[in-house]
Amino acid sequence: MTSIAKPPVRHPGLHKNALGYTVRDYEGAMSTLCAGCGHDSVTAALVHAFWELALPPHRAAKMSGIGCSSKTTAYFMKQSHGFNSVHGRMPSVTSGANAANRDLTYIGISGDGDSLSIGLGQLSHAIRRNVRMLYVIENNGVYGLTKGQFSASADIGTTSKKGEANLQPPIDPVLLALTLGATFVARSFSGDKAQLVPILKAGLSHNGLALVDVISPCVTFNDHDGSTKSYKFTREHEVEVVATDFVPLRREVVAPETDALVSVVTMHDGSTVRFRKTHEGYDPTDREAAYAHVRACQKRREVATGLLFIDETGKDMHAVAKTVSTPLVDVPFEQLCPGNGPLQKLMDAFR
Amino acid sequence: MSSVNDFAFKIATVNGTGSASANSLLMQAIFRMGIPVTGKNIFPSNIQGLPTFYEIRVSKDGYTARPRDVDLVVALNPSTYAKDVATVRPGGYLVYDSSWPLEPELVRDGITILGIPFGRMCVENFQGDRDRTLLRNIVYVGALAALLEFDMDIVGQMLVEKFSKKKKLFDSNNTAIKLGYDYAKAHYQCPLPFHLEKMNATSDSIIIDGNTAAALGAVYAGATVGAWYPITPSTSLMEAFKGFCEKFRKDPETGLARYCIIQAEDELSAAGIAIGAGWAGARAFTNTSGPGISLMQEFIGLAYYTEIPAVFYDIQRTGPATGMPTRTQQGDLMSLAYASHGDTKHIVLFPANPEECFYISVIAFDLAERFQTPVFVASDLDIGMNDWMCKRLKWDDGYRPDRGKVLTAAELANVKKFSRYVDVDGDGIAARTLPGVHPNGAYFVRGSGHDKHGAYTEDSDAYQEVVDRLTRKFATAATAVPGPEFRIQTGADVGIVSLGGCHAAVLEAVDRLREQGIVADYMRIKAFPFNESVRGFLDKHSTVFVVEQNRDAQLRSLLALETGMPRDAMVSVLDYGGMPLTANVVVTAVGNHMARVLA
Repeated sequence: MTSIAKPPVRHPGLHKNALGYTVRDYEGAMSTLCAGCGHDSVTAALVHAFWELALPPHRAAKMSGIGCSSKTTAYFMKQSHGFNSVHGRMPSVTSGANAANRDLTYIGISGDGDSLSIGLGQLSHAIRRNVRMLYVIENNGVYGLTKGQFSASADIGTTSKKGEANLQPPIDPVLLALTLGATFVARSFSGDKAQLVPILKAGLSHNGLALVDVISPCVTFNDHDGSTKSYKFTREHEVEVVATDFVPLRREVVAPETDALVSVVTMHDGSTVRFRKTHEGYDPTDREAAYAHVRACQKRREVATGLLFIDETGKDMHAVAKTVSTPLVDVPFEQLCPGNGPLQKLMDAFR
Repeated sequence: MSSVNDFAFKIATVNGTGSASANSLLMQAIFRMGIPVTGKNIFPSNIQGLPTFYEIRVSKDGYTARPRDVDLVVALNPSTYAKDVATVRPGGYLVYDSSWPLEPELVRDGITILGIPFGRMCVENFQGDRDRTLLRNIVYVGALAALLEFDMDIVGQMLVEKFSKKKKLFDSNNTAIKLGYDYAKAHYQCPLPFHLEKMNATSDSIIIDGNTAAALGAVYAGATVGAWYPITPSTSLMEAFKGFCEKFRKDPETGLARYCIIQAEDELSAAGIAIGAGWAGARAFTNTSGPGISLMQEFIGLAYYTEIPAVFYDIQRTGPATGMPTRTQQGDLMSLAYASHGDTKHIVLFPANPEECFYISVIAFDLAERFQTPVFVASDLDIGMNDWMCKRLKWDDGYRPDRGKVLTAAELANVKKFSRYVDVDGDGIAARTLPGVHPNGAYFVRGSGHDKHGAYTEDSDAYQEVVDRLTRKFATAATAVPGPEFRIQTGADVGIVSLGGCHAAVLEAVDRLREQGIVADYMRIKAFPFNESVRGFLDKHSTVFVVEQNRDAQLRSLLALETGMPRDAMVSVLDYGGMPLTANVVVTAVGNHMARVLA
């Protein structure tokens, strides 16, 4: 992946966030993806989400595997550590990093090849482990870097650029995550920044693994007629189930609206997510209903989007393991090494 | 042949019937009599119903290798009778269960056969199938105690310790011991010509297996993140780590854990977790065996090229493929030294026994962080899972971890542009930064081609600059890893090179060869890369034997590749059937070769 530095041009009138950073401060190197790639829109949405949350960049870590999507971690937050690991294995690297330092904000960027084929096991077990991280799948149904093979998320009947039809059923990360017990499951569209940014912000505040599947069209290999992951298809078939608004903690918390169509979920840090229902009776805290709804939409060839499911009562990896609140990297050696006295006592048990 | 404190006996049973605890009772009792002792558990890859063997060697001279001869066999498994009776040395003894008629298979000239009705006595004295099966093992402990003259006060004391809170179990076990003891005393001349006599040679020793000692080393080194996938024979390492952490690593006030153990979905993930944690600044490790190492290859290459510390314990078992999971081997030497695709080389440490597993663990974590690279501890099933007598482990309270070149927040505050892979002092090691410490320390880890700044590159010169520095780093590592252990004798005719679990057998072989008039110098390799003294030793001896436990002479290949010594100038002594090495193999091979040379 090439990294080309962006020219440091700053508009003097740019707004600053609580840390004094402008949105440009959250950008990274110049993207080398194809012009019009959905992934670049996701990157832009991430930049906005970080800026709006006033996330200190050096307290975040950008994690990825291999593929077009995984390259994008270089294109935002240049002041953050980044880890472009091996294909499909970002979840394990993130699990280890999180085990070592629980205080950082982990942003995992993956794709449908990276997460649904080679890394399906790692994705599943990161969900099961409930590693606290934002896990974004930039889903385009196709292998871009190897020039256009179907991925595991390609729908039956969708056609390749050469006209070949995909005959295998898709793996849907949203249904998978709901089944595996994920505590934050969302789907969005790279072309719908208004929807995506609040979802990303909510995911960054979630106490566990926040899975966000973003339909992110590949303009070069999967944006033609006959593709079900094209801009045109997604625009025409996207159905927003719930509209999400994320209210960070430091903003004045207003009394929940009494409107029957608005419900509020409080995140573990006190910030809130407000859901405006666009579907009568949709409850984003009901896992079974969420699953049924997504399935029903799929049968109608609709793409259900929004923050589809949230459960803030789940325990993350550290809560389950009952680790100390201090990040393990900061526990002093004196508290890790028992010393010779206890060793000699222990030796008596080996006689 | 009469001998005191110099013999071996073997118990052949069926696994899953409770013989393991009886066997360790025997070994521990001998140890507490002050007599050097070794136990080798030869067990099947199975939970219940297959043949299992336990060999105990008593050696007043302190030899800990697997014995050459077996003086006495307790044959309690009809399915292995024929083999068991064949392993008794001429003039030795066979103990069988005389509850049933003597099988023709057990009859052999030149040995003494002792029948003891273990089964019948259990049926007459205990209730229920389970008790009768389990206690049969304790009855043979009692019989052996009489035949070999165990100190019954020590045996009694051990029962008290073991069952102090379980009166009923104490009573039944005590009865079982007495049944066997009294029967042997009443029917046979006790003790046998070879037997035990109290010594004072174990007061500064312990009995421990290598996996337990390695886990303890990881605790003392300050490892906080352990990731693994269960695999024989490495599983007990993480289980021991967990046990020690529960004992030593809970916050005294909150009871919360100062460690995080993750049982991963596979070995790939275990490697990824260790590497992720190492990158974030923790001392992290994973433990596995050969099949796991195969699965971890891609991640190992990533950690090598991106320069991330992590410790990998490989408790080697017999390969290739699934191989023989409960048999030992040194078959992973090549695949560890050059693990992963592309040009890669790794630091590999070779502990020879559990005691070294403890100390080498600490060295491994220091080297991993100092050289920012994966470090392998190549143990094996024999070291890892068998009970060895070792010196008591000691700890220097002045020890502080070598964290290597890690820039602090204060240092980073003065850094204008951090370049991850720039070597400023010529040792090949560049300074690293940890995530979360300072905005100036950010860099992008990439397994793809990168230049010295960490930026992506497809430029030949920029790429080579980095990989050439890695070569320099490896050369520096050769000067920092533990050097070989030498045992030099005046007037030596030959040199013997070996490593790891072969050590005990080679030490014994060197002594026995001397008795036969062959004086051998001995070099035990403790680490890869080799330092300069390794080639020096090879050059100094006109005949060099390389003793190792694999078919393809992997250590010899490594020596040839890395020191330039011609491969054919070194004579291989190979033993790869899966059993711990005996001195006999070495003595015979060296003796035969020298006889041919001199003829």
